[in-house]
Amino acid sequence: MSEHFIEVEHLRQYFPAGGFGSKKKYVRAVDDVSFFINKGETLGLVGESGCGKTTTGRTMLRLYEPTDGRFTFDGDVVFDVAKKEFPNMLPFRKRMQIVFQDPYASLDPRMTVGDIVGEAIDVHKLAKDDKERYDMIIHMLERVGLNSEHANRYPHEFSGGQRQRVGIARALAVNPEFIVCDEPISALDVSIQAQVINMFEDLQEQMGLTYLFIAHDLSAVKHISNRIGVMYLGRMVELADSYKLIDRPLHPYTKSLISAIPIADPKQARKSNRIVLEGDVPSPLNPPSGCTFRTRCPYATAECAEKVPEWKEIEKDHFAACHNIDKIN
Amino acid sequence: MAEYLVDIKNERLSFFTPAGEVKALNDVSIHLGEGEVLGIVGESGSGKSVTAYSLMGLTAHPGKLLGGNLNFNGHQIENMTEKEMRKIRGNEISIIFQDPMTSLNPVYTVGNQIMEVIRLHTDKTKQEAKERAKELLELVGINEPEKRLKQYPHELSGGMRQRVMIAIALACEPKLLIADEPTTALDVTIQAQILELMMELKEKLGMAIIMITHDLGVVASMCERIAVMYAGKIIEYGTADDIFYHPKHQYTKGLIRSIPRLDTKEHERLIPIEGTPVDMLNPPKGCPFAPRCDEAMKICLREMPPVTEFGEVHYTQCWLNQKEEMEKGASHE
Repeated sequence: MSEHFIEVEHLRQYFPAGGFGSKKKYVRAVDDVSFFINKGETLGLVGESGCGKTTTGRTMLRLYEPTDGRFTFDGDVVFDVAKKEFPNMLPFRKRMQIVFQDPYASLDPRMTVGDIVGEAIDVHKLAKDDKERYDMIIHMLERVGLNSEHANRYPHEFSGGQRQRVGIARALAVNPEFIVCDEPISALDVSIQAQVINMFEDLQEQMGLTYLFIAHDLSAVKHISNRIGVMYLGRMVELADSYKLIDRPLHPYTKSLISAIPIADPKQARKSNRIVLEGDVPSPLNPPSGCTFRTRCPYATAECAEKVPEWKEIEKDHFAACHNIDKIN
Repeated sequence: MAEYLVDIKNERLSFFTPAGEVKALNDVSIHLGEGEVLGIVGESGSGKSVTAYSLMGLTAHPGKLLGGNLNFNGHQIENMTEKEMRKIRGNEISIIFQDPMTSLNPVYTVGNQIMEVIRLHTDKTKQEAKERAKELLELVGINEPEKRLKQYPHELSGGMRQRVMIAIALACEPKLLIADEPTTALDVTIQAQILELMMELKEKLGMAIIMITHDLGVVASMCERIAVMYAGKIIEYGTADDIFYHPKHQYTKGLIRSIPRLDTKEHERLIPIEGTPVDMLNPPKGCPFAPRCDEAMKICLREMPPVTEFGEVHYTQCWLNQKEEMEKGASHE
């Protein structure tokens, strides 16, 4: 039996992409991804656009119907495709929430902020009367650094950072245990990003939240996460404790990803030796055989083209999928 | 007197929107020598793009240049007609836009779009222009240039499209290349490729670059000089080392403090800049950063601080530095 709070096993999400009958094509957005998250912990998920990190988060919440895999939440099955178990999501929706990337597109422009936050309270019938509903809304707004005055305003009256706070208040309104944060800071200005990151940390401490924090900015993810998973073309390539992952990455993709990040320190930037990867990310419609990273990998061998590398625990709690781990390190 | 390639003096530019006047640029001065790389950093709406666009005569309606001199390579940009401007644009001064997905024309082939620039500014024949386009694609590291010339933008990846944009920008070997967030829409590994390419080409062709970005990491590795903008003003200017190791303005200090670092060994809480960015329709009186500044004094809320200079290039606009100056002055007497 699974002992972890969040346990995802062999998750697959294929999207149909044209073709008929036996020629039907699929985009393998997420392909055989497994991980767990402990209660109160933050797992960061990083990777380039199209690597499947957002799809992973959304499929977990069944915003997409999973193609294959199993997901248990605190011992309860959210879905198990092999056993065809798809329980009613409504009770789970109260326990799992999501904060979206774009605070401009994810709030209904014709609803007041109070109603946006209150909608989830209505759906789950959490308030006895209007008075209690109002108090709950104000309480949530105050939690995220807004106040009662803001409840009657519309989203367009707010700045990007404030809108993201509204999005977070909406997710918190049902008092969830687990939140998928899907690039919540990418659309914000640098000076505002730190405010929002701090708020996520405070809320986690106060409410005992568990996060899946999805972003492409490795420095921000490292800051907020206990552990980090790195994805490439639908597959998880490495997963480890955040400090360990940055200090001693094992997978060649993680290595190049870390070295590609521009360092905000001129002296270090002048010294640093960047590993600049050649080429582009291949199309997920037609991914390379074997290891999907082999077309850009400086260490690729014939074996990499033939076999998909196995997902192995290399050191304690440090997982990676690469044929040549020992040779490289 | 040194002649600068770009010399913007006291530029003032406003957008006259239905809601009121937005002072997008308020007394902005920038200069840049040949072959230098200047980074302009700031939040969205701070005026970094507007500054660069105005230098190309690309101020969009309802924007209006209200004052100041814009000198570029011996031209007085502010007095030039659109017709004269067209001769320089794409020839002596070029731009790469942020979003390579939308800045190429989807109904023309890549080759067509590169050749257009060449044929417009030189008297090369069609065949010669095609040869030159091929050369350019090779220069920006695109393989199989012959094949790419016939492709349409949608057939290329984001990184490739940005390379094509660079090829177009470099077609006439400009003296100045403006890069407006050239890598913001790209993934980190592709960003590293493009930044490396830009630096290589700068060495090869000797052009000056104005790099507009909000990413302090990008400017740290690329730029010799950095201008920090806030609410339509350059609040601090200096060499990369000045800005990163001896920042003088509270906003610059806050910005550098607030970015999460990769090299920390244990968890440290981030120190954000509190408050929200300026509402440009109703900017505060005095220093625009004062409402968010934790060391703001009474005078900051009343009056815009004057320029304080440190050394030859480094300057800032902040009353706190004036205070130091005043005290220093007092102790000398």
